[in-house]
Parts: sequence; C-alpha cells; structure tokens
Amino acid sequence: MSSRARRWLLAAGRVALVGVFVVFAAFPFVWMGITAFKQNSDLYNPQNNPFWFNEPPTLEHLQYAFTKTRFARWVVNTALVGVGVVIVTLLLTVPAAYSLARLLGRWGERASIAIFLVYLVPPTLLFIPMSLVVTTLGLQNTLWSLIVVYPTITVPLCTWLLSGFLRGLPRELEEAAMVDGCTRLGALGRVLLPLAVPGIVTVIIFSFTLSAQEFVYALSFVTATAQKTVSVGVPADMVRGDIFDWGPLMASAFLASVPVAALYYLVIERFVGSFTLSGAFR
Amino acid sequence: MAVAQGIGAALSRGRTWLERDRVLAPTLLLPAVTYIVLLVGFPFLFALYLSWTDATTGNPFGRFIGLANFALVFQDPVASRALRNTFVFTLTAQVLVMVLSNVLALALRRPFRGRGAVMFLLLLPWVAPVSLSTIGWLWILHARFSVLDWALRGLGLLPPGANMFWLGRPDLAFGAVVAVHVWRMLPFATVVLLAGHSAIPQDFLDQAEVDGANLWQKYRHVMLPLLAPVAVVALLFGTIFTFTDMTVVYVLTRGGPFDTTQVLASLAFFKGIVGGNLSVGATISLLLFPVLLVAAVFVLRAARRAEVAW
Repeated sequence: MSSRARRWLLAAGRVALVGVFVVFAAFPFVWMGITAFKQNSDLYNPQNNPFWFNEPPTLEHLQYAFTKTRFARWVVNTALVGVGVVIVTLLLTVPAAYSLARLLGRWGERASIAIFLVYLVPPTLLFIPMSLVVTTLGLQNTLWSLIVVYPTITVPLCTWLLSGFLRGLPRELEEAAMVDGCTRLGALGRVLLPLAVPGIVTVIIFSFTLSAQEFVYALSFVTATAQKTVSVGVPADMVRGDIFDWGPLMASAFLASVPVAALYYLVIERFVGSFTLSGAFR
Repeated sequence: MAVAQGIGAALSRGRTWLERDRVLAPTLLLPAVTYIVLLVGFPFLFALYLSWTDATTGNPFGRFIGLANFALVFQDPVASRALRNTFVFTLTAQVLVMVLSNVLALALRRPFRGRGAVMFLLLLPWVAPVSLSTIGWLWILHARFSVLDWALRGLGLLPPGANMFWLGRPDLAFGAVVAVHVWRMLPFATVVLLAGHSAIPQDFLDQAEVDGANLWQKYRHVMLPLLAPVAVVALLFGTIFTFTDMTVVYVLTRGGPFDTTQVLASLAFFKGIVGGNLSVGATISLLLFPVLLVAAVFVLRAARRAEVAW
C-alpha cells in the first residue's frame, strides 16, 4: 500500500472513531431533544420508527412542563441557590486564596493542596450527619439549606484554583503599588483583584454550575416540591404515581441540562489545566 | 474633637497592626478554614459518632452500642452485596474509561476543523447535571419503548414485539450502571489525557518517526511514559467519583432489581435518609472512607512528585 493510501486510511479511521465516540456521548441529549417535541401517540407506538417524526412535532410537552409542573419554579430556585452559593464562595475564597498565594509562602502552597483534598470528600460520606446539622439549624426544606451546605464543595475547589491563579500573577505590580504608598490591602484591591478577574469569573462559573449539578444533598434536605432545584425536581417530582410523563420529562431535562453544560464547558479547560499544567499536579 | 482624633489614631494603628503579614495571613484564611471545620470536619466526626450508636431520626443522639452497627452491616446480605458492587462497578468502569480515553485522546490530539464543536459534544456527559442526563438513559433503556430494543428488532436480533428489559434483569442492569458510569467519566479522563498530550515535545515524536517507529511504538515508548503521571490523576479522580456516586444507581435502578445493583452510597441513602436509621446509614457511608483515604494519599503523592519536579 502506498504511504498516501495509508495516510488516507488512517485519517478516515480517525474520523470514524471520533464519530462513534461523539454519538455515544451526545446520544442521550439528542434523544431528550427528539422526545421533547414528539406527540404522545407517536412516542408510545412501538411500531413507529423512534428516530422519525411520524406525526407532526408538538410543543405540548414544553407547555405542560411550564404550566402543569413546577419546572419554572425549580429553575428559579436553582438560580437563587446558585447566586447564593457564588456570593458565599467569593466571600470565603478570595481572602483565603490571597493569603495562601501571597502571604504564606511555601506553606501556602502546601495548605492549598490540603484544602483541595477536602473537595474529594463526597456528599455521600456526609449527607446523614449533614441532614442533622440542617435540621438543627432549622433549614430543612428551604433553599438556605443548600446555600449553607454547597460551599463545602465549592470553597475547597475554588480556594485551590484561585490561589494557583494568583500565584501565577506577577508580584512586581503590587510591590510597586506598596512602594508608592498603597497598603497591602489597598494593593490587593486596586492592583491584584483587577488582574485576577479571569480567575474570579472562573470561580463564579464553577460555583454556579456545581450547585446546579448537585443532587445528593438536594435530594436529602428538600422534600417540599416548591423548594426543589431542577436537578432533583425533574427526576423526582415529574412522575405521576408510577406514570412517567416522558415527553415533559425529556423536555425539561433537556432545557435544564444544556445551559448548565454550556456554562461548565467554558471553565473545564481551566479546571483540567490547573492540575496538569500549572497547578499542584503540573 | 480630641476623642475623634483618638479614635482615628486607634483605627489607623489597628489597620497597621492588621496589615502585618503575621496577622493578616491567618485573618484572611480564618473564615474559609472555620467554615470547612464546622461543615466538613464536624459532620465527619458526627458520622463517626453516629456509627457507634443506635440513633434514628426520632432520637438523633441515640445510645452507645459499640461496634454493633458494623457487625450488623457485615452480616446483612444486601450491604455485603452493595459493598461488592461498589468495588466491581468502580473497577470495571475505570478499566474501560482508561482504555477508551487513551484511544480517544490519541485520535483527538492533533488539531482538526470543528474540534471545538466535537469537544463540546464529547464533554456533554461530564458537564451536564448527572441526575438529568441519567433520566435520558432511563428513557433509552425503557422496558417497553427502548430505542435500543427497536434497533435490535430492526436488525433481527430480537423477535418482533420482544423487549430486553435492560433495567429489569440483574445482569443487564449491572451492565447499564457500568455503561452510564463509563459514559460520564470518559470525557473527563479524555481531556486530562489531552492536556498531557499537549505537553509532549513534538521533537520526541519526530525523532521516533525518523527512527522508523510505527504508531503503536510511538504510543508505547514515547507517549505512554510521559502521559502516565496525568493518567494517574485522571484515574484517581474517576475512582473517587464513581466509588462514591449514588446518583446513577438512584435514578437508573433505585438499587434494583431486588437490590442487585445497590451500592454503598445508595444503600446509605435508603437506610439513613429514607428509612430514618441514621446510625446504620452513617455506618454504611463510612465504609467509603478507607478507599477515599488511600486515594487521597495517592493524590498527595502525585502533588508532591510534581513539587519535586518543579
């Protein structure tokens, strides 16, 4: 075989391989999207080709999700929890990351890895005592329970990410500002934070998407339908008795997951990069 | 006036005091550390306490009963099954993820047109909320309207009108849970490996080519040794996420049929949160801890190695 034919074959094989993986990865979402717009009579007829719109597409499932279920409420709840978690995370993370990156030297780097390890503690290890903590604080069945608890996931991760980011910024500008009469905190506020905006945006996006994805704590602390977030409301409360309403279910799962996925996609490179290239695991 | 001046002086003295590194460093770190101690450290100790008592939702402090919960859990066939499943699911899924992600990263390492869009589609399983995407799988694996069954019938592999009952048979339900775990972790391992690929100097590969190495030889002798450290990181994360996950099992099978796909995390949820048996639930959760501890030690070693290399 000529080397040109081999090259061509290799390229074709590569495209086919990537194609198979793309189908595997994206199929459940494509399937949600197709199901969301199909009429029930089409959906539940085993004779019909499920890939085809055998009957005209319909918006009835979307309408149903918004008018007959609490989907809209769950979306609002998810956004409220996300914003709350972002605020708490920033308040705790920015000072801690600054301290770790600029004031504690070699120990700061070690301490930030220790804090990162806390991120590896999973909700499923702590959800039972945590539910007692939530009850003791009187927060069960409220969005506050999630705003108080989710930072246990976001703070360790974001402190580590942000301290790594700050360590990568040059010290000279702050030092120059301090020589010019700025105090340390002044230099932090006027010089370092403006430079750290990309890192802070990453922290905001991470905190928001991790809150929107979380399932275990939300399932454990919130049983009232009106207080649920999307990730729990859709799988738990869109079922009437034993009857799954697949149309509305797929419509709402699709609508809720794609924006969260797109948002997370924006920061995934930074997350991966921080422990393969520049961060603690470089 | 004098009072105001006094306060002003005290304030500025206070500020300079605060500005000292030895004061400022801990002050800034304190809120985050306090929060973590209160909401991670304390609940963890409380879980240890619960596992030694007979606490229930009705009596959350319970009585001290020694190691009776652990004895109970190890005698319980469902809990033993869950313990075994947790290991088998994690091991099977991670082996598949490591093999597939290495293949996929190899195919994606060089730039091509539309790479951004392809990466977004490939990453969907990792970046979408897992409880919602697993609902998509639930519909794909539906007992009567499964699209896979329809395809199998079309190919003549399944008689007309027949169904596989993917989630109704223990062996198939087992496969389904593993498949969804692989589906979810594969993108993550792949992007980590791709980051590793991008750090391999092109000269090494060019030199290997000049020396007449084929693709496999280049992979085995040039790429693999350089990828190993990041592959370990991907493996550790994948192991921790799969080992401690309850969402996939909860949404897909609820641990069924007949508790055959139950894992420690889901069983702890059913006993502790649904059943209100806090002590037994906490005990089952704590069985996750030894593996987490080992994984954490390896993560630390990976971090330390990187520190030395720097």
